[in-house]
Amino acid sequence: MAMTVHCDIVSAEENLFSGLVERVIAAGALGDLGVEPGHAALLTPLKPGPVRIVKQGGEEEIVYVSGGYLEVQPNSVSILADTAVRANDIDEAAALEAKKHAEQAMENQGADFDYSRAMSQLAEAAAQLRTIQQIREKLGKH
Amino acid sequence: MAVGKEIKEQITSVKSTQKITSAMEKVAVSKMRRAQLRMQQSRPYADKIRDVIGHLANATSEYRHRYLQDRDVKRVGYIVVSSDRGLCGGLNNNMFKRLAQQAGEWKEKGVEVDYCAIGSKASLFFNSFGGNVVASQSHLGDAPELASLIGSVKVMLEAYDEGRIDRLYIIYNRFVNTMTQSPEAVQLLPLKAQKDEELKGHWDYIYEPDAKEILEGLLVRYVESQVYQGVVENNACEQAARMLAMKNATDNAGNMITELNLLYNKARQAAITQEISEIVSGAAAV
Repeated sequence: MAMTVHCDIVSAEENLFSGLVERVIAAGALGDLGVEPGHAALLTPLKPGPVRIVKQGGEEEIVYVSGGYLEVQPNSVSILADTAVRANDIDEAAALEAKKHAEQAMENQGADFDYSRAMSQLAEAAAQLRTIQQIREKLGKH
Repeated sequence: MAVGKEIKEQITSVKSTQKITSAMEKVAVSKMRRAQLRMQQSRPYADKIRDVIGHLANATSEYRHRYLQDRDVKRVGYIVVSSDRGLCGGLNNNMFKRLAQQAGEWKEKGVEVDYCAIGSKASLFFNSFGGNVVASQSHLGDAPELASLIGSVKVMLEAYDEGRIDRLYIIYNRFVNTMTQSPEAVQLLPLKAQKDEELKGHWDYIYEPDAKEILEGLLVRYVESQVYQGVVENNACEQAARMLAMKNATDNAGNMITELNLLYNKARQAAITQEISEIVSGAAAV
């Protein structure tokens, strides 16, 4: 029987995979790499893409990760997967829309209109916009 | 029987309220189970990152990342995690009380506080409480996504990077058990010093490409995952608190119905007695 090593693929939101594997193939920042039992300890960022796992017995499984980190220790392999594609992309259109919604709601106030709630929604949208602008500015600097 | 009719109407209205509260209780029970599961699932990630960061910090001791360095405190940041909806007992208010107390303590020391409000109850709170809210995020739903938190966390991290805040805290409700939730403020940055364990067997990673870059990315993710954990945990608390509040409301409605029924029966009996005595006295007069 082939040698195996314990492998965990975890993201902040859930446990994606946990079990014994014969080989892990992932897209590292400096190129694809395959990890087999007995690999030297290694730490590298991952590019978004599929991670191929050869499970004990030869069965393959593919897990998609949108980036993350691969950590190899003498007796375990862990992948810390990102759940979102990491770019500075907050949806500005959605933020604008939320702001518009809040403003509209304030214009046509009904009898049972929740004023404070609309104010908070408006403040929220404004804060989101500010966030985006800050991120933009920062990006512009680079 | 005018009195009887009024009481009957009241009983009907209490009964319909009771139906709603008991339905909300049942919904909260099932949501709470899922929220608890989510809470458990996000733990391994944070634990793992913490291990790696601990290792990295030890291995690259010549390089101290700014997230690991203590600075003089002139201004602090708070990420306030609240629920989006009410009807969950004193959950949010207890936390806001704790927050106000801590903010007061900082103020006494001459330290100013920036806030990041997560959840619409927090935004509402800051409307009346005042305070400098630099970022806000709400309507995360029952299954919050990490992606939706990145923006607001980034604002706080940038503030820390640029020296606008010197410490970052997160305040949220910690899930002790279904009956107990306690507000808790945890320091996120700088990372509290861990016990400097000796590198076991003196092994080190091969870094591709660079230890510093990896540490940087991991620290950001660590903070994000802590905030996410806070949000998920607060969500579980919200459901648990709502379940309890609705259970109490249902029980109270039950008591009220019993009392009103008693009142109704008494009123009816009194009316009958009065009628009989009127008839009897009328007959005697004839």
